[in-house]
Amino acid sequence: MSETPGISPLSADDQEPLRVVLAKLGFDGHDRGLKVVARTLRDAGMEVIYLGLRQTTDSIVAACEQEDADVIGLSMHNAGHLTLAPRMVQAVEEAGLGVPVVIGGIVPAEDVTVLIEAGVAAVLGPGASTEEVVAAVRAAVARQSPVR
Amino acid sequence: MVETMSGIPLDPTYGDGLQPGDYPYTRGLYPTGYRSKLWTMRMFAGFGTATDTNARFHALLRAGGTGLSTAFDMPTLMGRDSDHEWSVGEVGRAGVAVDTLADMEDLFAGIDLDKVTTSMTINGPAAICMAMYIAVAEKNGVGRVHLGGTIQNDILKEYQAQKEYIFPPRPSVRLVTDLIRFTTAEMPRWHPVSISGYHIREAGSTAAQELAFTLANGFAYVEAAIAAGLKVDDFAPRLSFFFNAHSDFFEEIGKFRAARRIWATWMKDRYGATNPKSQMCRFHTQTAGVSLTAQQPENNIARVAVQALSAVLGGTQSLHTDSYDEALALPTEKAARIALRTQQIVAHETGAASVVDPLGGSHFVEWMTDEMERQANEIFDHIDQIGRGSMLEGVYAGIDDGYFVGEIADAAYRFEREVNAGRRIIVGVNEFTENDDDEANLLSIGHATEEIQIKRLDQIRGDRNDDAVRASLAALVEAAGQPDINLMPSIIDAVQTYATEGEIVAALESVFGTYVETAMV
Repeated sequence: MSETPGISPLSADDQEPLRVVLAKLGFDGHDRGLKVVARTLRDAGMEVIYLGLRQTTDSIVAACEQEDADVIGLSMHNAGHLTLAPRMVQAVEEAGLGVPVVIGGIVPAEDVTVLIEAGVAAVLGPGASTEEVVAAVRAAVARQSPVR
Repeated sequence: MVETMSGIPLDPTYGDGLQPGDYPYTRGLYPTGYRSKLWTMRMFAGFGTATDTNARFHALLRAGGTGLSTAFDMPTLMGRDSDHEWSVGEVGRAGVAVDTLADMEDLFAGIDLDKVTTSMTINGPAAICMAMYIAVAEKNGVGRVHLGGTIQNDILKEYQAQKEYIFPPRPSVRLVTDLIRFTTAEMPRWHPVSISGYHIREAGSTAAQELAFTLANGFAYVEAAIAAGLKVDDFAPRLSFFFNAHSDFFEEIGKFRAARRIWATWMKDRYGATNPKSQMCRFHTQTAGVSLTAQQPENNIARVAVQALSAVLGGTQSLHTDSYDEALALPTEKAARIALRTQQIVAHETGAASVVDPLGGSHFVEWMTDEMERQANEIFDHIDQIGRGSMLEGVYAGIDDGYFVGEIADAAYRFEREVNAGRRIIVGVNEFTENDDDEANLLSIGHATEEIQIKRLDQIRGDRNDDAVRASLAALVEAAGQPDINLMPSIIDAVQTYATEGEIVAALESVFGTYVETAMV
């Protein structure tokens, strides 16, 4: 099914596939990476809810509630991550969702620490392999809800 | 006399049969190639406020440059003002912020617009930026007839790849053809569209898809302009192209050669162009941003050099070379300088500019050129078929049914899987990864621009005559409702009242609607 042997699509403690909301915030139109990630996660057995371009924190929160999502994946290529990623984390907290936010895209190393401190669960840079992407998403969910 | 490093004299071209300058221009547009005119080293720049970029323009002109190339920030490219809720964090970041005519006045302050050529990379709101440029020039006493330059104004590839669209495809193409009609009648030195495959390739297409989708978009604009009442030889000589130079060296050279041959053949046979200039595929090239790696970033200098050489051997008219740090951030000045020096080394040290189409006649390169053409023809057949004999309708249909985005996403995923499975080696990424902890010094841009720009926008809104703004926008809405009216004069009137870009876009949206992409993986 996929080229990621050794990685179970299912979370460890229950047999429901992870539900992942993928989106881009605001103007940034670079969707090549996000589409590749969408297919990668789908091939790894996850349920992908692909919102695509021009989303807002509100539209993403609403989709998470409707779709009962386990994790949010945001792609950022316009150097807006320091502004937008913490906003997303805050919106998720305010909605009481308890869903981790994973960022992918062009994020300089020094900004990664800032984002993690702001509550982002993981940051995947350019060239992250399929295994790294799948593992990071699974780990983010596992950390957020260890009893699940 | 041109000779090699060792003193061997060289002819401008070698080989029997088809020569450079001969239709269908597979071997190049001109018999003497780079001997008579080296390619233009046009480096793209823009940042911060209009005043910041104006200072950079003056520095470039003092250094002997004659061409300016303007990068706009994301809010400007998307047709929104700097105080739009989505503009936070984006103002002046990836290019210069332009909200009103006042910003365009600052951007070109002290520059003789009849003496330089200006390239403006903007698509959705291209007509508005063109109107502002004309208004600035005329305010400074330079008639529009004297203005030379290029505006990208290629909206079709936005729906296919770059995704910087505003209105739905059909009214957007009306704006493109309005601009073509307007410049054809009033601005003989202006290039009204730069038909761009660059972004299609960056989004993940193959070389043949880049070639075919781009030329298909070109045919679509030709059909749209003819349908708007123009004669093909009146506007086609001012069309130009923009391609990507990726890493597979011979494939790229085959692509460039095939582009010239296909364009010439179609323009002559299908669209009846008789002026050789209408048949000539002139193109700008940029090296592949997507090929740059964040790992061991200095390796990118070598990648860019090889890509630049393919563009030159493929006969490009102008070239932008990427900076090695662009997988990580906007380029530093040093990185941008190395990128320019890379072109200069190709131009002056390698001998690549001495002989036109030096690879013409190579069994492999000729085969690759034919293969690119063959694959492109298959794609043209599909587009022509879904358009029932019209390339314009075929491109619309391919946008509506997700054909282009689907093909591009499939190719991108295939490539990613090959890299991930180790079937394709990317140095420093999936092989040769030791010592990859070198850190590049990166450019970082602060938030001061945003505050300055929003303050300026408020001030302009306070100083202008609101009645005049409202009247001009009402007239624009009225004109937009009538498909046969060219919108350029109304847009020029509106920018002259200091209506903002966002206000003009909103007025047009009230008639045209807003495009929302169907999200699909």
